[in-house]
Amino acid sequence: MDNLLVVSHSPHITGNDTVRRTMLDVCIALIPALIAGTWVFGYRALVVTAVSVIACVLFEWLWGKILKKPASVGDLSAIVTGMLLAFNMPVTIPLWMVVIGAFFAIIIVKQFFGGIGHNFMNPALAARAFLLASWALAMTTWVAPHTSVPFWNTADVVTSATPLAAYAGTEGAVGEIPGYFDLFIGNVGGCIGETSVLAILIGGIYLIARRVIRIRIPLTYLLTVALGTWMFAGHDGLFTGDALYQVMAGGVMLGAFFMATDYTTTPYTPVGQIIFGIGCGVITVLIRVWGGYPEGCSYSILLMNIVTPLIDRITAPNRYGASKAKKRKEAQA
Amino acid sequence: MLKTFRGGVHPNDMKAPTANKKIVELDPSQEMVYPMTQHIGAPAKPIVKVGDFVYAGQKIAEAGGFVSACIHATVSGTVKAIEKRMHPNGLFVESIVIDDDGQDSIYPELRGCEDYTKLSKDELVNIIKEAGIVGLGGATFPTHVKLSPPSEANIDYVIVNAAECEPYLTSDYREMLESPEQVIGGLKILMHMFNLKDGYVGIEDNKEVAIETMTAIAAKEKNLDIHIKTLKTKYPQGGEKQLINAITGRKVGPGQLPWQVGAIVCNVDTCRAIFQAVRRGLPVMTRIVTTGGDCVNNPGNYKVRVGMKLRDIIEQTGGFSKQPSKVIMGGPMMGMAISSLDVPAVKGTSGLMAFGEEHAYGADETACLRCGKCVYVCPMNLLPNRLDEAARADNYDALEKLNINDCIECGSCAYSCPSKRRQVQQIKVAKVKLREAQQRNK
Repeated sequence: MDNLLVVSHSPHITGNDTVRRTMLDVCIALIPALIAGTWVFGYRALVVTAVSVIACVLFEWLWGKILKKPASVGDLSAIVTGMLLAFNMPVTIPLWMVVIGAFFAIIIVKQFFGGIGHNFMNPALAARAFLLASWALAMTTWVAPHTSVPFWNTADVVTSATPLAAYAGTEGAVGEIPGYFDLFIGNVGGCIGETSVLAILIGGIYLIARRVIRIRIPLTYLLTVALGTWMFAGHDGLFTGDALYQVMAGGVMLGAFFMATDYTTTPYTPVGQIIFGIGCGVITVLIRVWGGYPEGCSYSILLMNIVTPLIDRITAPNRYGASKAKKRKEAQA
Repeated sequence: MLKTFRGGVHPNDMKAPTANKKIVELDPSQEMVYPMTQHIGAPAKPIVKVGDFVYAGQKIAEAGGFVSACIHATVSGTVKAIEKRMHPNGLFVESIVIDDDGQDSIYPELRGCEDYTKLSKDELVNIIKEAGIVGLGGATFPTHVKLSPPSEANIDYVIVNAAECEPYLTSDYREMLESPEQVIGGLKILMHMFNLKDGYVGIEDNKEVAIETMTAIAAKEKNLDIHIKTLKTKYPQGGEKQLINAITGRKVGPGQLPWQVGAIVCNVDTCRAIFQAVRRGLPVMTRIVTTGGDCVNNPGNYKVRVGMKLRDIIEQTGGFSKQPSKVIMGGPMMGMAISSLDVPAVKGTSGLMAFGEEHAYGADETACLRCGKCVYVCPMNLLPNRLDEAARADNYDALEKLNINDCIECGSCAYSCPSKRRQVQQIKVAKVKLREAQQRNK
């Protein structure tokens, strides 16, 4: 007598892609930016990142434990959130604030809405917005590159302006406008993971090569920011803005490759991704040029996160082989 | 630029173990079983009685309607029973059981025709119908129906589907290497039927030797232009709509049939069967089956008589190396998992795969990340993620709005999913439920 045979629907094989592998790829892609951040801001950048990752993983684990749900720590998504959260904070951030940010990201934004795949906003960015609203000063205490930052009393450091604040001429923002090369390698002030364009590009290209992300969102986002700032961000009227500076300064690079490409909170249709990228770009430009805040990347992504389900709904691919005339007829019927 | 379609996946083709194995003919089983449903459409109707003597190649069941196909004995012997037997799909269906006398007496009335060009299209369609030819790639749609488009149809492409995009399967590949004249011969008959000077063969670029062999044979045709088209190796390149799109650039729209865009597609083995039927008068009696998987001792390509027990195929070819946990008829992407080896090979049996326990169960499903991979790979431009959601919720309105019936069930979505969700499996179940719900509401 045979042993019983398993009967199931085809396909009987699946590809090698797993959630864990995908998240691991994102972690790997974030490492160059972490190295750059540590080089620019010192060992405390590494400490902030470690605290953020550990706190995120711990909250993820605790949630599963308390609610008796299957363990989800193994999918590594909490590590990605932890890294991105740290990358969006200044190096001077008090460590207890990092833990609160991690709690907000993992518990409030992610788990309250059902966990991985169900959150409607990017957890790291939502936590950053929450921290910025709660402790605006601590979240905007920037230091110049290679400043030695005390471990505990970080409020005492000598502050410096971020490149975007310096460019915009924000009140109280002292500091020279850095050159393109410093911006490119990240030798400027700002959040831990956002300063080095080079490091972010290495990670972004890795993700595209591994087919974890598609180029549509980063490309349309960056192009829209470049176009918009060239047109409107100049000090001498229309079409005098420094687009290259605007794209390389601030969080746009990090946002475009790592946060505007988050699977769960961005569109899955190809056309939707282009709309999403352009939308993020337009909002970023609006905030940078006419808003009271020199940065605008994180809010633009959060706002576009909210309209993602709508974008997906209106951008479903055309039915295979259906002519446009036929489609119109179907819509009318 | 290689020709292809939009979407699709790249599974490891796994063809190396059997690609160089010559086709070996197997002996028939002592007891041969012929289910009356070996094709899409109405079941065939038996025309023999218990106790009758039948020749090999003699018709034993008549087509049960226009969309149906007749069935022939593949051995000589006595009709032992006409009763319900298990079909590979797990259902018990009416079957004719024949006891093989071992003599292989061929039905004396089988007549070939050397010069088919003297025959009209209708005569040829009738020969193909009487030979019980169905789509031997696995779809088993009756070929005579496919070859009888309405009179307004303007067919300008006849295409041999030689893509063989299913992993593991090499039966069409071996056919093209070992009897390319017959495959091209079948194509020539089709071209004659539709008065065409041009014919097309679509082969994936991982089958270089087949492309060379077929090109050489095609070049011998001085008065005809037979184009061997190299296609990108990508699953489901051999899907009918995908193949037509790759070769002609045309798209078979929702609810359309290939003739509506001027194309007729036949599989390699179907072309060989057409050649055999027209030139030699032989009905569908044998087919090539690729065996494979980690549980079979001698993976290979075997010429198997329709009606032979699957267990005998395994036993005659060296048995199992270990106890299989899952046996698949066809390939691993679209093949059917069977519950027992005591079922016959039918006309659509292109492969027989046996896998051990570690391959029998898929990984656990986790939440959809909304990554959109299924959307990119779907060759039919569907949203498998949303269909999956609607199917689990039995949301029939949503299923219809998402065009569930456009799904060709290729399984690219489930293959590509990082969360290991079973979109296509849900879609298949939902299609049946939707049909039932629609019938209830009538």
